[in-house]
Amino acid sequence: MAREDGYLSGKESRRISKENRKITAALEKKRKRKNVPESEYLTEMKNPENTVEFENLRTYFYTDAGTVKSVDSVSFSVPMGKTVGVVGESGCGKSVTSLSLMQLLQRPQGQIVDGAIRLNTGDKVYDITKTPETVMQHLRGNFMSMIFQEPMTSLNPVFKIGDQVDEVLLFHKSGYETKEAAKKRTIELLEMVGIANSEGVYNMYPHELSGGMRQRIVIAMALACSPKLIIADEPTTALDVTIQAQILDLLRGLKDKINSSIMLITHDLGVIAEMADYVVVMYSGRVVEAGTAKEIFSNPSHPYTIGLMASKPVVGKHVDKLYSIPGKVPNPINMPNYCYFRDRCDKRKGCCDGAYPGEISLSETHRVSCYLYDEEARK
Amino acid sequence: MENSILKDTEAKTVRENEDNILEVRGLKKYFPIRGGFFNTVVGQVKAIDGVSFSIKRGSTMGLVGESGCGKTTTGRTILRLSGEKTAGDVLFNGKEVYNIPKSELNELRTKMQIIFQDPFSSLSPRLPVGEIIGEAVKEHHLVPKEEYEDYIDRIMDNCGLQPFHKGRYPHEFSGGQRQRICIARALALNPEFVVCDEPVSALDVSIQAQIINLLKDLQEKYKLTYLFISHDLSVVEHIADTVGVMYLGNLVEFGNTEDIFANPLHPYTKALFSAIPIPDPEAKMNRIILEGSIPSPANPPEGCKFHTRCSQCMEICKSKVPEEKDMGNGHKVCCHLYDDGAVKS
Repeated sequence: MAREDGYLSGKESRRISKENRKITAALEKKRKRKNVPESEYLTEMKNPENTVEFENLRTYFYTDAGTVKSVDSVSFSVPMGKTVGVVGESGCGKSVTSLSLMQLLQRPQGQIVDGAIRLNTGDKVYDITKTPETVMQHLRGNFMSMIFQEPMTSLNPVFKIGDQVDEVLLFHKSGYETKEAAKKRTIELLEMVGIANSEGVYNMYPHELSGGMRQRIVIAMALACSPKLIIADEPTTALDVTIQAQILDLLRGLKDKINSSIMLITHDLGVIAEMADYVVVMYSGRVVEAGTAKEIFSNPSHPYTIGLMASKPVVGKHVDKLYSIPGKVPNPINMPNYCYFRDRCDKRKGCCDGAYPGEISLSETHRVSCYLYDEEARK
Repeated sequence: MENSILKDTEAKTVRENEDNILEVRGLKKYFPIRGGFFNTVVGQVKAIDGVSFSIKRGSTMGLVGESGCGKTTTGRTILRLSGEKTAGDVLFNGKEVYNIPKSELNELRTKMQIIFQDPFSSLSPRLPVGEIIGEAVKEHHLVPKEEYEDYIDRIMDNCGLQPFHKGRYPHEFSGGQRQRICIARALALNPEFVVCDEPVSALDVSIQAQIINLLKDLQEKYKLTYLFISHDLSVVEHIADTVGVMYLGNLVEFGNTEDIFANPLHPYTKALFSAIPIPDPEAKMNRIILEGSIPSPANPPEGCKFHTRCSQCMEICKSKVPEEKDMGNGHKVCCHLYDDGAVKS
């Protein structure tokens, strides 16, 4: 496998890419079958109160430098009508988790290799990992939709705003089949997301709008078919604080209006505290801690969560020196077989050299993957 | 300056206070908008429209505001990086930056440095790190040839980089380490004053803390003065001694960090502070949500520029530009609410 410093010989690299092609070709072949019977991808929810359940999801990227385990055995669920916040640093797999759910992974390198994602659409339950592409097109937009991070790049610069939102409505056969009905609905949607001059904006191009306005358009597109689940991938990272406050306020209001769930992906703990009911903390492709927002913020338990909270300066709380987590994230290609956080952890013990720690429940909703709370292992 | 062209600037180039490393008075920078058939100037973007402040030696001034309010242009204009200024004075150590002849400008460049926002685009991908850091040192002949290697090693060590990193190229580094390279490049010239233009906004939270701590340590070690430009108010509160709040090319409030955060006076500052998300789910939110977005600087509103979004807008705000008022302890604010005869509502 790859050497310590990350450099590979040409021979080694060719061997890896040959192996990768074999694996991905097999997976792609399975995926591209025609006429897959419904029985293969319809399942039952574990808890019918949930909109989405992730169970042991593994998403790998087969790169020429080795296999990157972007999402490695992730399990959590999004309850109906609630907001779940996913926090973590860049590269921890939070975006890949959401892309797996939408089946928008960069294929053929990116593949879901194991696990299940169950989506509850009301009458049917789909296992996304096995759903064929043709059915996915029906699910995307209608039952779940995504708000992307960069409002500058997620709109097409050569089409008018109105045409882009209309397209969503016409494509998904949402009851607005004619051009006139779609236009009427689009203007309604634009008003709903707080655009004052909605008729004017309908005929504008994306470059004529500011960042905050563009993000509103993206939100309007995501909400067009009243989805059950909205995935917001860093919706406010590219925006100013004042605009961020407007957008968060808007999302909160709209969630209640159409009664859907939100999966909010961000690295800003402040945004999470404000929006989320449940919080999932990810590190290097794994969930290290999960619980209700109150539990995570009042009683952070994993050393990584504690470090993350301490390293963010808070207005009104003066400290001389910020806490900083030493070291850096391990190389995603050669993940160690012990706890991924061990080398950066200031609370490590002898038992941390063992296998990756299992999940320990601190309360009914609060679970953490750390030997600190494992009484047996500490003995 | 002996050979300054304008006589009246000569009179003004007297420092108010010997402690001040930098004094900016009434600085204006307009960018022309060209258009029409003959590509004539059809308008002006008033990026900075009369900004005055001063920074004490060894302290940090934070500059906050929304994007497009002129924070970055202020930083660049002070360093004489964006052509000629339109009006005003920039006094660095008592000397007008824009009157320095070209021959002396080189020397000034070593005293003032900048750390850019995006560590991914501000480093040349074709040069190894050692050369990126050392290029300016060679150019300015700061150290003798035989000490050069040791000098670069020392600078890199101070910024948390290893000597073996010297031969590597920027793409081999993570965002946090690249920002360290940018800091090392600025510090290699032994500057007195560094403009930090959003140095941490492109970084992750845990890396952000490392870089902020590094900047603070280096400030103590080398007695540096920072102009810290950022839109992240919590970071500014942590690092800055004085804070200036900018809106549409104007400084609307200026004062000590404690005063401003404890008692914001300008309605814009209040709204800005209330928009900061607090990492505590049970914190009470008393949010002032600003309507709309920042107006175009090419066609700013009449009177007080903030009156279109202000919740406490009065009749006078629409016609008259507010003057700067000192509210004590160097806390200055530009708002009609604090006029002597104003009716408080």
